[in-house]
Amino acid sequence: MSRAIRCRLNGVERSIEIEDSTLLLDAVRGLGLTGAKPSCELEVCGACTVLLDGLPVSACTTLAAEVEGRELRTIEGLARGGRLSAVQQAFIDHFAFQCGYCTPGMILAAEALLDHHPHPSRAQVLHWMEGNICRCTGYESIVDAILAAAERRVERK
Amino acid sequence: MEHQVVGRSVPRLDGVAKVTGAARYAIDLTLPGMLHACAVRSQRAHALIRRIHVELAAAVDGVVRVVTANDLGGLVPYFGHVVLDHPILAMGHTLYQGEPVALVVAESPAAASAAAALVEVDYQELPAVIDAEQALGPGAPVLHPHRGARVGDEGFEGGAGELEGNVCAACEVGWGDVEAAFARSDLVVEGEYRYPMLYGYAMEPYNALARFDQGELVVYSSAQHPYQVRRDLARIFGLPLSRVRVVVPYVGGGYGTKSYTKVEPMAAVAAWLTGRPVKLALSVEEAILTTRSDGAVVRARSAFTAEGRLLARDFDIVLNSGAYTDNSPQVAQKAANRCFGPYALEALRVRVRAVFTNTVPASSLRGFGAPQGTLAGETQMDEAAARLGIDPVALRQRNLVPRGDPVIPGKRGLDADLAADLDLLAESLGWPARPSGKGIGFALTASDAGAFPVSTAMVRLHADGSASVLTGATELGQGSQTVLAQIAAEELGIPLPTVTVVAGDTGVTPYERTTGASRTTTIVGRALQEACRDARRRLRDLAVSALGLPPDAVEDVGGALLAGGQRISYGDAIQRWFGAEGEVVGVGAVRRAGDLARLPPFWEIGCCGVVVALDPETGVVTVEQLTTVGDVGFAINPALVHGQDAGAAMMGLGAALREELVYAGEVLANPNVVDYRVPRFSDLPARIDQLLVERRDGIGPYGAKGAGEGALNPMAAAVAGALGRLTGRFPHRFPLTPERAWRLLADLVPAPGHDRTDTR
Repeated sequence: MSRAIRCRLNGVERSIEIEDSTLLLDAVRGLGLTGAKPSCELEVCGACTVLLDGLPVSACTTLAAEVEGRELRTIEGLARGGRLSAVQQAFIDHFAFQCGYCTPGMILAAEALLDHHPHPSRAQVLHWMEGNICRCTGYESIVDAILAAAERRVERK
Repeated sequence: MEHQVVGRSVPRLDGVAKVTGAARYAIDLTLPGMLHACAVRSQRAHALIRRIHVELAAAVDGVVRVVTANDLGGLVPYFGHVVLDHPILAMGHTLYQGEPVALVVAESPAAASAAAALVEVDYQELPAVIDAEQALGPGAPVLHPHRGARVGDEGFEGGAGELEGNVCAACEVGWGDVEAAFARSDLVVEGEYRYPMLYGYAMEPYNALARFDQGELVVYSSAQHPYQVRRDLARIFGLPLSRVRVVVPYVGGGYGTKSYTKVEPMAAVAAWLTGRPVKLALSVEEAILTTRSDGAVVRARSAFTAEGRLLARDFDIVLNSGAYTDNSPQVAQKAANRCFGPYALEALRVRVRAVFTNTVPASSLRGFGAPQGTLAGETQMDEAAARLGIDPVALRQRNLVPRGDPVIPGKRGLDADLAADLDLLAESLGWPARPSGKGIGFALTASDAGAFPVSTAMVRLHADGSASVLTGATELGQGSQTVLAQIAAEELGIPLPTVTVVAGDTGVTPYERTTGASRTTTIVGRALQEACRDARRRLRDLAVSALGLPPDAVEDVGGALLAGGQRISYGDAIQRWFGAEGEVVGVGAVRRAGDLARLPPFWEIGCCGVVVALDPETGVVTVEQLTTVGDVGFAINPALVHGQDAGAAMMGLGAALREELVYAGEVLANPNVVDYRVPRFSDLPARIDQLLVERRDGIGPYGAKGAGEGALNPMAAAVAGALGRLTGRFPHRFPLTPERAWRLLADLVPAPGHDRTDTR
């Protein structure tokens, strides 16, 4: 049955029409927020990653009903006033993507990492990012980008 | 400074779109009134289809139509760029588990998939054959007793040898007296090598959105080669090419897996039957059931003298090509051309047979044909070196084809200095030092790029001096739009930010044969250079006319004209001639002529190595160092070349250590990304050296050659060499899973019941 839930989506309070069985991925994509991508459907590739209360979740295996009253961020809500986040800019500077399909999920997972561990070691980056797959880059450019973004974030503060 | 824009790692043009989620892929597109399709897939590997019961499905709320092959009257119900044998929907029989037998079209994806589960199919089972060598044997069911017609395209004639029984494609390459060379050799290395069947896992699964508009078919698709898809669709519906428009936005991974036609005919047929736009988006499981790469069994012999001279080689390769022809003839031909390596041989015999089986159809995947044969060819170089007591680098150096000499008689001479490349590789790996407990491996390949030289490009110079490049090449992530913009900015002498690239729309952009085989920088780049020269020629003519000056009084200095001591911008010249806004259009074309007459257009070099460690308890192989040597002639954007090499090498390591599609009986056992494990962050080698070699020896712009496949091709062989030297036994069967590596170290034979991967 269709019903409305409320959540804070990319910083804005809003109401979303869902069915009880609606997956979060379908719900956000249905709102035109197509940065979250469908892929493995098994919670292992990370292409559908969104941030729920600041932590990465796989939207492909999360029910939309679960976000009621919570804070949801998608890739579309990351750049503020047209200004890219430090992670976004670092991904561009380090050529940390090719096809770009995994990139929104990758960037959101990295944002959450740096929110929780502002000075991650390389090993911490590898561990935290294990839930995101990239088939194009071979990963090293992504690790470099995240480590560079960590430094830039600290400078900005 | 010789160049202004090319040769620099300028940021990607698609950067902001891709980091903000704004980049739209085909899977993101919707149209008003759009329906959703879901395929019903065969649960039998080989069966006659007696009846398809659609009544229950048709009654599901929201279902608009259930389509079967019976609904395709009046259409050509097959596709294929080489042989017309791939049915849009199964035609009375099914040739593999997972084949589409019907299509449910509904108002929502949920209704379509729920109804698809209710379609019942009455099968009459037939004997199936999963293993390629069994399919060649007597008594095997013949899967294609009536062969599909060959399309007849000059570029797709490879692999058209004698086709009997289940042989889908066959080819032979060779020269010299092989038996005589073997007879006088001092050492013969002989073995059987197995390379797995793979799934490329482009993360955006195959999808298409089709609609008919005033008799024109428009399809938005994730295809790599929109013009090849256009031709298949035009044939199916009997439409002129001009009435089929295939539009490819950003593509979520290609790697060859999205070459040629996949789901577009199903979406188009559904749109044709319902009169509404129809979207068909596959799951990853369905994508795995759509295309994979050819698994291979390679029997190889190599003859050496005691001094390490490689005299002759003899290869017999059997490829498991699955249910339909698709691109297997090209894969077979490339396997034949690439297996024996860039070595000067006095005699060679290669036989390749691609074989029909009741499995997912095989087609292109990065490096097609090269990794399979290279595993055998390069491993035998290492095995020979060990047995002859010769350094394996020195053994290769002794036998390499020198620059300019033919790797294959009649083909273009080698446009690379492999000896120098190999020295760079060895140095990076610390060879010949052999640290205790580590294995060092390396391998070399020279692939005859399958980049058939046909390309057209256009450049539009606008009245403000900016420019639009029009190309049929698709942006798969390789960075082609960035590289082509750099070339246009360089050639026109205008700032890079004023150049835009419009790509991959057969209704708008000029013809491009394919986007594959590492061709875009070289082949499209050449066409684009011509288009830019053409635009400048026209611009100068128009300035001469507008200014009323003699032709030699106007000089084109790049970005502007000099006329009577006055500097006139390109934009001004356009506005003066038109008396208002206007534009100048330049066109360029490349065909198989002139310096591109001789194939291949370039040799794509693979030169890679690894340092590995092996856990004796668990058999887990850790790649501690990876080195790639990118011999690309000239890097128009070095960072993008590094990206291609790093990604290709990592994909090669996946195939070497983890990836394999496994059949359990007649059913694909691991069609998902949990059981089919691709490399993850934790597989990243601690040290990566990416060397770039720029000798300006390619036929592309500024001396460029292709990149993108090269670094994948030698990886399995490099790992084999490393493990072979570490354990004293060279592995012949890949992927080298922990169990296989552990057994290698313990010198145990594979447990027959335990090693269920006998499906070549």
